[in-house]
Amino acid sequence: VRKSVVLCAVLALTVTVRLAAVNPQQDHSGQYAPADVLAGGKIYSSLCANCHGATGTGVGTVDLRRGALRRAATDTALAELISSGLPALGMPAFRLDSSEMRALVAFVRAGFDTNPAAGVVLGDAARGRDVFHGRGNCLSCHRLGDKGGDAGPDLTDVGATRPAASLQRTLLDPTSMMRPINRPVRAVTREGTVITGRRLNEDTYTVQLITDRGRLVSLTKAELREWSVSTTSTMPSYKETLTPAELADLLAYLVSLKGSGP
Amino acid sequence: VIGRVRFLVMALVLAAGTGLAAQVSVGRLLRAAEEPRNWLTYSGDYAGHRHSLLRQIDPSNVKNLEMKWILQAQVAGSWESSPIVVDGIMYLTQRPNDIIALDAKTGRIFWIYKYVGTTEYKVCCGANNRGLAILGDTLFMGTLDAHLVAVDAKTGRLRWDVNVAHFAHGYSVSLAPLVVKDKVIIGVGGGEYGIRGFIAAYDAATGKEAWRFNTVPSPGEPGSETWSGDAWKSGGGSVWVTGTYDPDLNLTYWGVGNPGPDFNAAQRPGDNLYTDSVVALDPDTGKLKWHFQFTPNDRYDWDATQVPVLVDTAWLGKPSKLLMLANRNGFFYVLDRVTGKFLLGKPFIKVNWASGLDANGRPIETPQPPGSPTMPGQQGGTNWYSPSYSPRTGLFYVSAWEDAGGVFTSQPNEYQPGRNFMGGNYRATRPVPDAAIAPNIKRGPINTWTDAVGHGAVIAVDPGTGDRKWTFPMYDLTDSGILTTASDLLFTGGREGYFQALDARTGQLLWRSSLGSVQIYSAPTTYEVDGKQYVTIICGNVLAVYGLRD
Repeated sequence: VRKSVVLCAVLALTVTVRLAAVNPQQDHSGQYAPADVLAGGKIYSSLCANCHGATGTGVGTVDLRRGALRRAATDTALAELISSGLPALGMPAFRLDSSEMRALVAFVRAGFDTNPAAGVVLGDAARGRDVFHGRGNCLSCHRLGDKGGDAGPDLTDVGATRPAASLQRTLLDPTSMMRPINRPVRAVTREGTVITGRRLNEDTYTVQLITDRGRLVSLTKAELREWSVSTTSTMPSYKETLTPAELADLLAYLVSLKGSGP
Repeated sequence: VIGRVRFLVMALVLAAGTGLAAQVSVGRLLRAAEEPRNWLTYSGDYAGHRHSLLRQIDPSNVKNLEMKWILQAQVAGSWESSPIVVDGIMYLTQRPNDIIALDAKTGRIFWIYKYVGTTEYKVCCGANNRGLAILGDTLFMGTLDAHLVAVDAKTGRLRWDVNVAHFAHGYSVSLAPLVVKDKVIIGVGGGEYGIRGFIAAYDAATGKEAWRFNTVPSPGEPGSETWSGDAWKSGGGSVWVTGTYDPDLNLTYWGVGNPGPDFNAAQRPGDNLYTDSVVALDPDTGKLKWHFQFTPNDRYDWDATQVPVLVDTAWLGKPSKLLMLANRNGFFYVLDRVTGKFLLGKPFIKVNWASGLDANGRPIETPQPPGSPTMPGQQGGTNWYSPSYSPRTGLFYVSAWEDAGGVFTSQPNEYQPGRNFMGGNYRATRPVPDAAIAPNIKRGPINTWTDAVGHGAVIAVDPGTGDRKWTFPMYDLTDSGILTTASDLLFTGGREGYFQALDARTGQLLWRSSLGSVQIYSAPTTYEVDGKQYVTIICGNVLAVYGLRD
């Protein structure tokens, strides 16, 4: 017992010293050196990915890539958490030197995006908002806050959950970027009722979905006459219907959609 | 001979003890399967069958199962423990390192022992503990900071506490110990920290170390020719799942974990014995009798830490002593457990890292080009989840991951004590670049990764041929162990939080209970109190116990 008290004291000192090395000025600024983000990615893949996974979603409902973390609101808090671990939950303490810690924090806060500008053309978000509500007609299928449709996924915080490059590709070729959970589903009940909608959750015996009319439905698979999941998105491509400038503006608007925070 | 004499003395001391009902003698452990009202060891018996002779719950009445009581764990995080039950009293561990003694009939608690160690321990995959062993009236538990403790089963008081390895260098003990005669046998975790693994035995009465078998030999020792340079010093070979024991052959069998660094095989040329192997040891001396390696020079993190299942049955018409193991590398193996001779090996899932096994059971490797997915992936075709063998059906049951693969990348990794020593990384295959992956540690209530990343299944393997007899597919993956009973029921869980009963002969679903969309990490057990059979499962932070409706 005495040994662990000493160790704890030593650790506490180490943590204090190392925290000071992370620039407190950077908290919430969202600005990180590209070299740090790149170096942080390497540290992440060797130290963190074993549990948190390549996408940062390997532990329960924790989503590291979103950057907004319940237990670590600031960069300093994040560095402290990494240094001390969460012993009760089984997260070990990681002893990193100051440059390693700065890099790892940068990688997480930058949304795991080691090359954010790659091939992405961002226009003007204010103009993009007009495209979103006008020619794009996005609310006919997607939700933004309390407005819009339910056929497609909610876009309220899409700028926080998907990288810009993914959103750009989605606008041009929706099927190629459709996440499996969002695949359109079709069920026919024993009575012959056809139910189409978007899948919300599924397990061995049941599936939960939101119908095209916005109704929440849970189905038991054994009671269905037909059940199919389509790999083709119902979203149209905007490659031809919007100009490159409009696409860039729309993308900038989508990237700006970060929701109302955690 | 000395060992034998000490064992006799020990037995006499126990017999002459206080006369408590809860005395678990060496003899009772040897015949554990013959008292199915109790569950005396991690797997229920020394052979690792996780099979019970109880038959009160059967295919005709299993639909009448109802929840009898639950226990809410007092701490968060995945719960991998397998309880033991002795004469109406259940003992189980809760994380990080507590022991709970409770009434197996009502779930009400007698006492909780809380081990207080450092919280600076280093564990790759959560503060896991998989359970206890008992001898006499003493319980044994390994700790996350690499201690072994002995605790009075009546009072929950500590009897002794020994440090088995240096936690700061990544050593831990997460498995349930195995008691053989007068010794408590454990192994150490730490395969992701560049440990040098070992299996060790401690005197049950005093905690004094009796022997130690290094799973990575030092230069000059047999097996050291499969290493080069200093790679052996951080060579891995962790042991984190409980072994089995054959009293007639006086051999104990243990699965050994991956070499270090996990993914960069080029850093440790050679076969890297005894990593990814099963070893047969003399439990009195720790001397190696034989070994069999499943994955030489592994670069996939495919620990062979599965329960080695011991089966006595005919092989090519001759009564034989066999060892069966469905390996993380995707192959199902049958070995002669007297000699370690390879008898049969066949993939139980789709694999592409090897085209098959040669006459000696060595894989004929077909490494995938850089950037192409390997099957199985890092988590393997199965993992540490307890399999089951039913002597009645003659089938071997395993929880498997089907159609799950990914890309392995290796990179040089300098060893630094206590730091992760992975030598690369692994990315699971996803249909869309930023789609969700299957959770590594803890599942959320909504399945956003879907079956596009692979799915789980219970597979019944015919050990005579290695072929599948039946498959019970699940939508999500599974980390649950399997229990079978003499009424030909099979119990298992899965990541979706369903506790399910199948017909062990056909795989047909007979009953299920939803415990709430949370991962089941543990294996079911069964026992009987006052003439009533109970079945247990741990899901999320809840131990749920079922019995037939009164």
